[in-house]
Amino acid sequence: MAILKIIKNSLLKGIVDLPRRELLPEAEQLGKELKQVIDRQFHGSFQLRQVSAGSCGACESEVQATINPLYDLQRFGVDFVASPKHADALLVTGPISRNMLLALQKTYEALPGKKFVIAVGDCAVNGGLFKDSYYTLGGVDQVLTVDLHIPGCPPSPTTIIKTLLGFLK
Amino acid sequence: MSIREELKKTIAPLAVNDRYPAESYLTVKPADFIPACLALHQLCASPVMMMFAEDKRATRSCFRLNTAFYSAAERHWYYACLDLPAGAESFPSLAKEIYSATLFEREIREMFGIELVGSPDHRRLRLHDEVWPAGAFPLRKDFVPLERLEPPTGQYEFIKGEGEGLFELPVGPVHAGIIGPGHFHFSVAGEPIINLEIRLGFTHRGIEKLMEGKTLAAGLELSERVAGDTSFAHGLAFCLAAEKIAGLTPPPRAVLLRAVYLELERMYNHINDIGGIALDVGFSFASAFASVLKERLLRLNEQLSGNRYLRGINVIGGVAQDLAGPVTLNPLLSDLNELEKILFNSASFIDRIDSTGILRQKTAEDLGVLGLAGRASGLARDLRTDLEPYSSAGFRPIVCTSGDCLARLNIRLQEFRQSSELIGRFIRQLQPGELTVNAPAPVAGYSLGAIEGWRGPVLYWLKLNEQGTIERCKIVDPSFHNWEALAYAAQGEIIPDFPLCNKSFDLSYSGNDL
Ligand code: SF4
Repeated sequence: MAILKIIKNSLLKGIVDLPRRELLPEAEQLGKELKQVIDRQFHGSFQLRQVSAGSCGACESEVQATINPLYDLQRFGVDFVASPKHADALLVTGPISRNMLLALQKTYEALPGKKFVIAVGDCAVNGGLFKDSYYTLGGVDQVLTVDLHIPGCPPSPTTIIKTLLGFLK
Repeated sequence: MSIREELKKTIAPLAVNDRYPAESYLTVKPADFIPACLALHQLCASPVMMMFAEDKRATRSCFRLNTAFYSAAERHWYYACLDLPAGAESFPSLAKEIYSATLFEREIREMFGIELVGSPDHRRLRLHDEVWPAGAFPLRKDFVPLERLEPPTGQYEFIKGEGEGLFELPVGPVHAGIIGPGHFHFSVAGEPIINLEIRLGFTHRGIEKLMEGKTLAAGLELSERVAGDTSFAHGLAFCLAAEKIAGLTPPPRAVLLRAVYLELERMYNHINDIGGIALDVGFSFASAFASVLKERLLRLNEQLSGNRYLRGINVIGGVAQDLAGPVTLNPLLSDLNELEKILFNSASFIDRIDSTGILRQKTAEDLGVLGLAGRASGLARDLRTDLEPYSSAGFRPIVCTSGDCLARLNIRLQEFRQSSELIGRFIRQLQPGELTVNAPAPVAGYSLGAIEGWRGPVLYWLKLNEQGTIERCKIVDPSFHNWEALAYAAQGEIIPDFPLCNKSFDLSYSGNDL
C-alpha cells in the first residue's frame, strides 16, 4: 500500500529535487571536472575517513553538512567511510589533544596506499585558539604530513567542498 | 521557612557572602562540610550542580572548595565553601553521600592534586594516565607547562565484568561516523549489554587553564569554542557571569534577542538529533529530510547574525548586532509536521525506539541528570522557568515520563515547536532601543552565569581580578552531568541499539572534556 502511495505521489508531483544547483554554481562546474579526475585516478570514488582530534564539534557538523541533500558531495564521487582501511584520505579536525595522538597515528597507519591528509578548521591547521595549551600539540602538521589545509572556524560546507575539489583537480 | 533558616538549625557557617543577587556563599568548618552539603542537597532538592576548587595559596595560603546547589523554589544558588590550608590539601569525599559529586571530585583531584579522603573512585578523567605523568597539576597557579613529558607509566583500569560467557568489547575513541571521540567499554553476554563504562577526555584542550589571564573579550571568544553545537549558550553564560560581576543590566532588546538566538540554537540541534535517531535505525530518508531542515536553520542563523553557529553575537553587556532580517519559521514547522508523520507512520521505526534505552526517574535523580535527558525521565527542571524573558512569557518545561528513546525524541519534537512559538513571541515584544550597555571600568569579583542550553544548564563560574582579567573560570556543560546516565540507559539493551541510545542523549564530547 505504502509503495503504491509513493509511486502515485511521484507520478503526480514528480521526483522531489532540491534547488541545490543554484547554491553552488562554481562547485557545480568544479564537480563535473572533479568527477572525471576521480574516475581516472581513484577508480570512481574518493573516500575519506574523519577523525576528531579534539575539535569542538562545529567542524564535524560542517563536514557532515557537505553530504546533506543540499550540498550532496557524494554525487561527485567523494564519500565518508567508516573504516580507515577503505579510505584514500584522512580528514582531521581539532587541535590534537594529547589523548588523541595515539588513536590518530593508528588510524593513519591503517590507511592503505598513498595516504592523503586533510586538516579541516583553524584548530587542525595550526592549533587555533588552543595552540598555547599544555594539552594540545598544535596543528595536524606537527604529527603528520598534511596535503591540504582548509582554514576557517569552522569552514563552511561551501568552503570545504570548493577547497577539496580545487585540490583534487 | 527559608533554606537559610532551615540550614542554621544544623550548622553555623563561619561566614556568609550574599554580595550578588541569587547567590549565597556559606563558608563552613571542615567538620560541617559534609552535613552542610547534605542539608543543601535536600533543602534545595538539587544535585551537586558544580563543585570546583580555586588555588588561593598566593593570597590566603589555602585552596578553596566550592560546592553549588540550586533551589528552584527560591531561584537561588547556595554554595558550601571550605578552605583547605596549603600543605594539607585534602577533604572528605562527598561522593559516598551524594553520587553527583563523584566526577567533580575526580576532576579536582587530577587538576589540583587535592586528596580525597574515602573517595570511592580515584581514577583520572581527562589527564589520561597513558600520556600525562603523575604529580603535574595543571590548575595549580604554579603549574609550568612541561617541556618534555616524562614517559608516563599509568594505565586506566576499566571495571571488568567477570563470568562465564562474558566478553569485553572496547569501542573507540575513533568511531564509524563523523563524530567526536570517546571510548565505550562494554561487557556483553551475547548481545545484551551487562555493563558499559564510558571513558572520555579525548578532546581535553585545557580550556580552564587557557582562560586564566585572559581579558573578558578573549575569554568570551574561547567560551564559544568549548562545545561547538552550544556556542551561543556557552557564550551567553560567560557574559551573564561577567555582567553580574560588573553590575550591568543588558537592555531589554538585547535580553529578548539573546533568547531568540538561544531558541534558534535549540531548534537546529533538536532537528539534528531527530534526524540522527532516524539514521541510527537505518531510516535514511527521514534523516536526510531532517538534515535539510538543519541546514535551513543554519542558513537562517547566518542570514540573521552572519554566523552559522551564532558566534560573535554576544558581547559583555548585550548583543553586538540586531537581527539582520525577518525570522520566518512557518515553512520549517510544516516540514517538521511532515517529518513527524513520516516517522510515526513507520511501525518498524517506533518499534526500535519505544521502550529502548530507559532511564528511570529514580536513577536520573540519583545520578543528578539535568536538562533534556532529565525531562524525558520525568524531572521537570528547566532553568528557563526562572529566567527572563521566559518567566514572564509563562514558560513551562516539557516533560515526559517514560525515559526511553521515544520520550527523548518526543521532547525534541515538542521543544522545537515550543521554541518557535517563543521566538515569535519575543520578536513581537521587541521595542526599539539600545543593544548594549557600556561596560564600566574593570571590577574584581566572582559570580555565576547560568542558562538552559539545548542539552541542559550551562554554567560558568567566573572570577576576575582588579585588572578585569580572568583569575579562574569553571565551566560545566550539562554533558558532564549526563554521560553516566547513558551507561545506565544502555544496560540490558543489545549492542545494535547502543548507537540509538547514544544519539537519543547526544551528549557533547568537547563540552565534557573541556
Ligand atoms: S576550528 Fe573552530 S570550529 Fe573547528 S574545531 Fe576548532 S574551534 Fe571548533
